[in-house]
Amino acid sequence: MYQVKSARLLAENVYETWIEAPHVSRNAEAGQFLVLRIDDEGERIPLTISGVDGDCVRVIFMAVGTTTEKLAALKTGDAIHDVVGPLGQPSEVHHFGSCVLVGGGVGIACLPIIAKALKESGNSVIGIIGARNKDLLILEDEMKEACDELIITTDDGSYGIKGFAAGPLKEICESRPPDAVWVIGPAIMMKVTSGVTKPFGIKTFVSLNPVMVDGTGMCGSCRVVVNGETKFACVDGPEFDAHQVDFDLLMSRQRFYHPEEKESREHHHSGGCGCGGHH
Amino acid sequence: MADRSAEVRINDFSEVDCGISAEEAVIEAERCLRCKKPACVEGCPVGIDIPGFLKYIEEEDFRSAIGIIKNSNMLPAICGRVCPQEVQCEGECILGVKGKPIAIGALERFLADWEREHGVTVPESKEKRKERIAIVGSGPAGLTAAAELARNGFSVTIFEALHAAGGVLIYGIPEFRLPKKVVAAEIDEVKRLGVLIRTNHLVGRSVPVEELLSYDAIIIATGAGLPAFMGIPGENLIGVYSANEFLTRVNLMHANAFPQYDTPVKRGGNVVVIGGGNVAMDSARVARRMGADVTLVYRRRQEDMPARLVEVHHAEEEGIRFLTCTNPTRILGEGTVTGVEVVSMDMCELDDSGRPSAKPIPGSEQIIPADVVIEAIGQSPNPLLIRMIEGLVREKKGNLKVDEKGRTTVPKIFAAGDVATGAATVILAMGAAKVAAESVRKMFDGE
Ligand SMILES: Cc1cc2nc3c(=O)[nH]c(=O)nc-3n(C[C@H](O)[C@H](O)[C@H](O)COP(=O)(O)OP(=O)(O)OC[C@H]3O[C@@H](n4cnc5c(N)ncnc54)[C@H](O)[C@@H]3O)c2cc1C
Ligand SMILES: Cc1cc2nc3c(=O)[nH]c(=O)nc-3n(C[C@H](O)[C@H](O)[C@H](O)COP(=O)(O)OP(=O)(O)OC[C@H]3O[C@@H](n4cnc5c(N)ncnc54)[C@H](O)[C@@H]3O)c2cc1C
Ligand code: SF4
Ligand code: SF4
Ligand code: FES
Repeated sequence: MYQVKSARLLAENVYETWIEAPHVSRNAEAGQFLVLRIDDEGERIPLTISGVDGDCVRVIFMAVGTTTEKLAALKTGDAIHDVVGPLGQPSEVHHFGSCVLVGGGVGIACLPIIAKALKESGNSVIGIIGARNKDLLILEDEMKEACDELIITTDDGSYGIKGFAAGPLKEICESRPPDAVWVIGPAIMMKVTSGVTKPFGIKTFVSLNPVMVDGTGMCGSCRVVVNGETKFACVDGPEFDAHQVDFDLLMSRQRFYHPEEKESREHHHSGGCGCGGHH
Repeated sequence: MADRSAEVRINDFSEVDCGISAEEAVIEAERCLRCKKPACVEGCPVGIDIPGFLKYIEEEDFRSAIGIIKNSNMLPAICGRVCPQEVQCEGECILGVKGKPIAIGALERFLADWEREHGVTVPESKEKRKERIAIVGSGPAGLTAAAELARNGFSVTIFEALHAAGGVLIYGIPEFRLPKKVVAAEIDEVKRLGVLIRTNHLVGRSVPVEELLSYDAIIIATGAGLPAFMGIPGENLIGVYSANEFLTRVNLMHANAFPQYDTPVKRGGNVVVIGGGNVAMDSARVARRMGADVTLVYRRRQEDMPARLVEVHHAEEEGIRFLTCTNPTRILGEGTVTGVEVVSMDMCELDDSGRPSAKPIPGSEQIIPADVVIEAIGQSPNPLLIRMIEGLVREKKGNLKVDEKGRTTVPKIFAAGDVATGAATVILAMGAAKVAAESVRKMFDGE
């Protein structure tokens, strides 16, 4: 059992939870994730490690389905059945020179820890964070602190620059091309945004989020195709060279269980879980 | 040795074989000739004193009988159920030459189940010693090595990456062949010897290599869990599983009871399973129990299948269609699987394994409709940890190099089970684990 140390709502439907898991926190590096299972009937789901403090790790997530809704309902002192990690290869952090980190939606959660690691390796870091609107934007202060410069975009223009993060990224590539770029967010956002750096030949990383089970390389559920080769994202990734990723396959495989996910939510909302519909 | 009828059992996950009664056990044990040089013992990879325990069964002293087995085998309820007895103990039994060999597996299982019901006596451990031993992996190899070392007084910690201990016993072999409560009870016995099992710890990640190396000795028992894919077109379509994934979703995560359990799996429809080993049989029979129409595609003949004989037989009874001498060439579909293209195979000269090698017959292609395809064509050792430890040597197929004493190429690091042999059997993994544990003990006793 692993204890929830604190839990709060960050933005509409986006939650921040700190979990006590020393075996994870002591060994975690930028870009890695954990897999958790809330209760005995629960699914194993992967979440990025978005912060470390002593024996605790932080996850930031959007409540989109059964497991993330259950997680969102947990309060300080509640227990999570299983937490394993850190999993996956750490981000490729070394001295590049200048780096740009682009985050979309809940993908922004991955960035501060990478930004800090890059700064420690002597890089200058520009952050670009985008959300649909002002109320959905997360971690602005933390990113401001971690980066040398922070650019904000919203789709509806309610805050920062109106439009997608791809806009300012393109401008930077033209005016002061960076040495490395990270783009993390929903698959479609990563596909489109990382396309911007391609003509400039700039090294670009994306963090892939296929459906996982064990997260240790023994099931192959998480397979993705990179440079024509099949890879297991949980052990070979989750970060890969953006310009070699087959995003269409990723998006297709993410839809593997759409009908079942709907069924599961309906089951839990109707109180089938025995909790009387409290989450 | 009554099996539940196929029509009934395909609707549930309860055990197929109901086991034997005490009376049946005694009658069966009476048939034993008590051979002076028992061939059966030669056939058992851990050398159980089989005539010895049979004699106690005949005397109805079941407590002493199970005691004899436990001298050589800590997990009898498991081995009695899953050992390929026909090529091991029972395959060698002298009575098998003219008639039926003694049902050694069934008797072993009977005793273990009897003990579980009548109270387990935990074997005494030797005096505590100061050395700390780390074991990586909680499959049959890790559990056996842990039990041996704990009995010798060592302080033993097992690290397991998954949330439950047991390795393939818990995530691979289904409930209807090996009930999870049986596995849990045998793991509990290992714990009662004082072994600490730390689940959710992936060594190399949650336990850094330096920390692992701080133990006085290490046994790597990480198994062969890396699934192989055929490398044919269409393998990444929705609906294509490795057997490991399919079985893990059901056995470990209980996807058969979705949505009560949260983990989904595709159920029903047409399922094509590729392979002819235990893993393929298990996948086919699990799919069948979730309402699917199952076709098993195997490139050689039925008699060449490496699965336990009884599993092949049970699969047939349960209505699994066997398409032998057939090999898949492509998986078809757009986004989601719709079918598999297969080609018939011509059986040719015998290969190294003594089985005929198979060559495709041009023009014999046909398409089988499929909603789910499960590839059960083999597993190899997961390289994650092995690659991280400097000095460890990997051989062909990624197996970790060990000598006959279970020693790797790095001092104080030993290995046992599938990680060293490639995918093999429960009892071979246990046999190797006993050897490795004994080497560890000798290292500290200066022998
Ligand atoms: C390496 C990695 C890191 C991730 N980090 C974060 C994060 O920091 N914050 C965050 O909000 N989300 C993250 N995700 C996505 C997160 O795992 C899914 O949102 C979560 O699993 C949804 O589960 P659910 O039961 O709540 O929803 P469901 O209704 O079951 O699923 C909603 C969608 O989530 C995806 N999903 C479902 N099950 C899984 C699974 N077992 N593994 C992966 N994806 C799944 C599918 O695309 C699905 O359509 C990450 C995914 C990966 C692979
Ligand atoms: C579906 C299926 C059916 C089978 N049927 C039979 C049968 O009927 N009869 C028979 O004799 N054999 C059968 N086998 C084979 C048998 O199960 C294996 O040979 C045996 O389990 C090998 O034992 P092991 O201890 O070496 O490895 P495993 O059982 O594979 O256990 C290894 C454990 O190590 C853990 N691990 C791996 N890496 C790490 C790490 N870095 N840190 C921490 N933990 C780690 C894994 O999670 C796993 O739990 C079957 C196998 C399968 C897959
Ligand atoms: S352990 Fe396996 S091979 Fe040995 S006697 Fe028991 S069933 Fe036979
Ligand atoms: S070989 Fe058969 S008959 Fe002889 S001792 Fe063994 S079990 Fe008994
Ligand atoms: S999640 Fe199972 S191999 Fe990656």
